[in-house]
Amino acid sequence: MERRIIGRMHPVISIKGLTKTYAGGFEALKSVDLDIRRGEIFGLLGPNGAGKTTLINIVCGIVNPSGGTVHVDGYDIVSEFRRTRSRIGLVPQELPTDTFETVVNTLRFSRGMFGKGPDEAHIEHVLKILSLWDKKDSPIMALSGGMKRRVLIAKALSHEPDVLFLDEPTAGVDVELRQDMWNAVELLRSQGVTVILTTHYIEEAEQLADRVGVINHGEIILVEEKNKLMRDLGKKQLMLHLYEELETVPDSLSRFALELSEDGRELTYHYDTRGEHTGITDLIHDLRGAGIRFNDLQTEQSSLEEIFVDLVNKDR
Amino acid sequence: MNFQAIKAIYRFEMARMFRTVVQSIVAPVLSTSLYFVIFGAAIGSRITEIDGVSYGAFIVPGLIMLSIMTESISNSSFAIYFPKFTGTIFEVLSAPVSWAEVVIGYVGAAATKSVIIGTIILFTASFFVDIQIAHPVIMVTFLILTCVSFCLFGFILGIWADGWEKLTIVPILVIMPLTFLGGTFYSISMLPPAWQTVSLFNPVVYLISGFRWSFYENADVSVALSLTMTVSFLLICLAVVRWIFKTGYRLRN
Repeated sequence: MERRIIGRMHPVISIKGLTKTYAGGFEALKSVDLDIRRGEIFGLLGPNGAGKTTLINIVCGIVNPSGGTVHVDGYDIVSEFRRTRSRIGLVPQELPTDTFETVVNTLRFSRGMFGKGPDEAHIEHVLKILSLWDKKDSPIMALSGGMKRRVLIAKALSHEPDVLFLDEPTAGVDVELRQDMWNAVELLRSQGVTVILTTHYIEEAEQLADRVGVINHGEIILVEEKNKLMRDLGKKQLMLHLYEELETVPDSLSRFALELSEDGRELTYHYDTRGEHTGITDLIHDLRGAGIRFNDLQTEQSSLEEIFVDLVNKDR
Repeated sequence: MNFQAIKAIYRFEMARMFRTVVQSIVAPVLSTSLYFVIFGAAIGSRITEIDGVSYGAFIVPGLIMLSIMTESISNSSFAIYFPKFTGTIFEVLSAPVSWAEVVIGYVGAAATKSVIIGTIILFTASFFVDIQIAHPVIMVTFLILTCVSFCLFGFILGIWADGWEKLTIVPILVIMPLTFLGGTFYSISMLPPAWQTVSLFNPVVYLISGFRWSFYENADVSVALSLTMTVSFLLICLAVVRWIFKTGYRLRN
């Protein structure tokens, strides 16, 4: 049996060579290696069917792996499942709820399932964080979809997990609730909870995640610090609003590969922030030489979403 | 052992029973009472005694068995099938619980309901016919063993079923005929010899025979054999449930 690895520097989740082939022959995961650091918010991104939910379900014990190993806090998820599962909270993608139960009772049930004794103060605390306290005695079927999503998060937090999986937590919820959830995630981060977030709203990962992993066709194609990823793979563009309308871009500026807008009033220059020279100084110099004047300029950086789409498209 | 989880499942399931008390308790008690009225009081008075027991009293153990077997299967199969259907099963599968704890919680609650129903039916029957219980301890033993065994069977059924039709087809097409042909309304000794032999392949015969013996000391087969068959059925069901959780059959795949 493997010895448990303890320490804050070691990953809280360590996945090695994880594979999953379903009975029908579909290969959902192909030798996935991934480490999740303690206390971070990790954004796991990928298109539909990429393997995100399968990966989460295996770590949580809902699906049996076909091969490979997963350790949570140094414990094996198969042979030491009690230790691993008691540390994990899961908010699933769908909205599976005990329709006829009251909110507070379903939290008590969840807490008990994870081996924790009754603690009404903690349940009250969780319900208040998620603005559910006034709904505590309501049957779940009487709640809106957004409220049910909050209940699922409250259930996952009811047993005080060290690691929280949020599988598409804000799918189909309104802007206000999404902001509430982001606040709740930030609060959990401040309390040292590790959060693994899958989302279709890339802006969510852009706002919350410390690191980002991209999975496609059952393989992890990239894991990187979010800021570094955006810096390295992100592109910038400089837009110049021209003083006078331009019919074509002069040949003397061809090396800059400028794009001229249809109305001839805007030039766009794409540049790479990683390069030694961005070329902006040369461009402005050559523009002056060509007698082209501008009255305004602005820059834009590509979003995480654009980077994600680029990565996934390249992997096709 | 995760006692908190067992308690959570047990309380959750018992709360479900009390939420649906008419469906869970009143309905089976009422339908079984109608049997007493029809076969016990109305028709029973025109049927001769069987092994020195009035017909109305003779059918009581069989009717209790009929009721608790169908209710046990229904309760436990629904208890595990419904979370599968709604998706809430994810919480059971992701919790730090072993198969034994899950089974104790779900089957324990379902068996408790069945014992309650069996007890109420027995109490109700005493208003219609004169009942005597010769061996109360054996009676309770058979009652509990049968409830637990058939709850385990229902639990397996609930995991296996991937649709509502499958959930109801086994109780209707398999359990109901076996129970009706297992001596609920007659003694196996009343059948022609060839059918007596065929009946011995029906496992329900052993349950009803042993249970009836605890009331009137009349049995179609020996009590020891009845007990052995009941315990064997329970152990087979336990082994199947353990295999299901070990392999993840229809749960984790």
